Amino acid sequence: MTAHLSRRSLLGLVGAGAGAYLLSGCSGDDESSDPNAPQTINWWHIQNTEPMLPVWAAMAQEYRTAHSNVTIEIQPLENEAFKTKLTTATQAGSPPDLFQSWGGGVLRQQVDAGLVKDLTDDVQPWIGSLLPAALQPYTIDGRIYGIPFDVGMVGFWYNKDLFAKAGVTETPTTWAGVLDTVRKIKAAGIVPIALAGKDKWPAHNYWAYLAMRIGGLSALQQAAETKNFDTPDFVAAGERLKELVDLQPFQRGFLGAEYGSPDGQAATMGNGGAAMELMGQWAPSVQASSSTSKKGIGDKLGFFPFPVVDGGKGAGSEAFGGGNGFAIGKDAPASTVDFLASLLTVDNQRKAAQTGAVLPTVREAASGISDPNNKIVAENLASATGFQLYLDQAYPPAVGQQVNDSVAELIAGTKSPAQIVKDITTVAKSQ
Amino acid sequence: MSSPSTMSGPRRGHPGAAAVPGPRGVRRVARPRPGRRVALAVFLAPALTLFLLLVIAPIVVASYASLFKWNGFNLPENFVGLDNYLRAFADPVFRGDLWRALLLIVGSLTIQLPVALGLAMLLNQRLAGRSFYRLVFFAPYVLSEVTTAVLFTLVFSPNRGLGDTISRWLGAEAGAIFADPDTVLIGVFLVVSWKYFGLYMILLLAARQGIPKELNEAALTDGATTWQAFRHVTLPLLGPTIRIAVFLSVIGTIQLFDMVWVLTGGGPIHSSETMAVTMYQYGFRRFEVGYASAISIVMFLLSLVFALFYQRVVLRRDTAGALTVQGGQR
Repeated sequence: MTAHLSRRSLLGLVGAGAGAYLLSGCSGDDESSDPNAPQTINWWHIQNTEPMLPVWAAMAQEYRTAHSNVTIEIQPLENEAFKTKLTTATQAGSPPDLFQSWGGGVLRQQVDAGLVKDLTDDVQPWIGSLLPAALQPYTIDGRIYGIPFDVGMVGFWYNKDLFAKAGVTETPTTWAGVLDTVRKIKAAGIVPIALAGKDKWPAHNYWAYLAMRIGGLSALQQAAETKNFDTPDFVAAGERLKELVDLQPFQRGFLGAEYGSPDGQAATMGNGGAAMELMGQWAPSVQASSSTSKKGIGDKLGFFPFPVVDGGKGAGSEAFGGGNGFAIGKDAPASTVDFLASLLTVDNQRKAAQTGAVLPTVREAASGISDPNNKIVAENLASATGFQLYLDQAYPPAVGQQVNDSVAELIAGTKSPAQIVKDITTVAKSQ
Repeated sequence: MSSPSTMSGPRRGHPGAAAVPGPRGVRRVARPRPGRRVALAVFLAPALTLFLLLVIAPIVVASYASLFKWNGFNLPENFVGLDNYLRAFADPVFRGDLWRALLLIVGSLTIQLPVALGLAMLLNQRLAGRSFYRLVFFAPYVLSEVTTAVLFTLVFSPNRGLGDTISRWLGAEAGAIFADPDTVLIGVFLVVSWKYFGLYMILLLAARQGIPKELNEAALTDGATTWQAFRHVTLPLLGPTIRIAVFLSVIGTIQLFDMVWVLTGGGPIHSSETMAVTMYQYGFRRFEVGYASAISIVMFLLSLVFALFYQRVVLRRDTAGALTVQGGQR
């Protein structure tokens, strides 16, 4: 058995991280405070495919035309490649000038390391035009370190035809209702839920939403502060999830399934192979692109928000989700903030929304949303009374990954609800 | 593997090329003239620089980082001594990694290599379509690990994969092989074996063809059965190649990463995780660079200790004169 990860490349890999700080002296960006001096903005974004790729390029071109002293070097990167590349760059102490950020725990680490700019004062004039929920993940200790251009939420996407076939006429509004619906669908010989067990994060949505509905938003925030998840509310979340798992609602081989692969969670939905999935605002487009027909299930797709749990403290109007935004590196040239502001004008946000790939964070740009599924998500989000970022992004990376791992263990049946909160607490306390 | 038979007798002395100092041989190197020193330095410098920069420096930095609790940002400051190592050996996942590495090594030594040996012997016979079979069996080795892994996720994809469909006709459930914690390691082992048995087969086949026909003929003439000829003539002469194959196999298993990462990501619930996967998870997902460094150092030490031990004890005969200077033999 020979693996192609030789000792050299393996240690190089570790060395890249470990040795990176040795290179931290090598950043040397032109740090001019004069916005009119010639300057270059390095921009890393992850909209590396149609439809957003050309839209960003056009916006950058427009800005350059208006500001001849500014050069914008765009580097579109694939999601996972971006994460790895950014990790190396930030650990070396030289982040790009303008880069993708999801906010939360990772952004906090970058803030703690002094790698990103505090934008609070610079953005005061226009920040009020954004949805407050969207800004929450980028606000750390009351200061703003990133600007969201896209925001969405997780909810149940369901196949109307399959629901009808199973005799389900109304979408459930309580957790007990969800369990009933699952039973009915399963009795009709249909797979109730598609889940990507290999990717872990899709399963974390269930546990996190349940914890939010049972303990309320404050329970999640308090857990982050006190580093204690070993509370009755979190245990109850695991127990409710276990009720669902015990019904065996997932597709065959779900523990090995990925989210976006040709036989993964999205494809199962897109091919009409399962009745529902709990997923973010991008679900319709990924269902379509990974389905055999490349069209998904079209207008048979419906959305309903995560139902309340009887006796829970959380309201049904509180949303769980996240989006995309940009943070600004510490050595960024002076006009970077101005350029970022230009990306978030009502006009440009509307243009982004028209692609269907972005749910705008600027309130007035909501009129640009044409896709009916996006509209439903945007409406739910606009009326949301509270917002929680995905737990695997909100918490420090180690805690977020542990949440994902632990929920996977709960679903596989190897750990109990009480054990997983202890495991998560142990990791949280070690941070 | 056989004990050294008479065949290794003359070999041990290596009276041939390696040990005899030529007119410009070993002795001169020990005390070079100044001009040669410069030449040596010039020719050694590039390789040495690369070696120091890409091999030694990362090892040193990683060992240093492994003594800290460090998320990779700025300089490591929180010195924790050997805590990261203690933590690794107390962690059920990492202990599981060691156990799984052992299982995979045992599996490859008892199943994969014998199969490769058997095929090599078979394809050494006169056989219709021999070169075609050789090509077919060697082909998987040419594929990259990632391609192989993607290929097999498709083959064993539940409900859609060819392997799954066929297995269901036969009443089995191959589509669940990577989704079931109890079977996933077997699945990984099969895929890794599928990819690498061809390499060992070719190595052994080449070694087999290097054995002079006369030896086997002589044995058969003397009344040995085919099995006896194989056991006492062929097998001992394949010894050096088998020993190298075992070495490659063990080191490869300790460092197994790409295949597992793409096939299963280490899951479900860590049941196919290897040391390298655990290291990656901590280093690049959880940003616990100190802990990940400790894991990488453990991997390095395991490989190093095994390599040294193996070279010293098992490969000594095969490498004598090449890696070690046999002072007495000059």
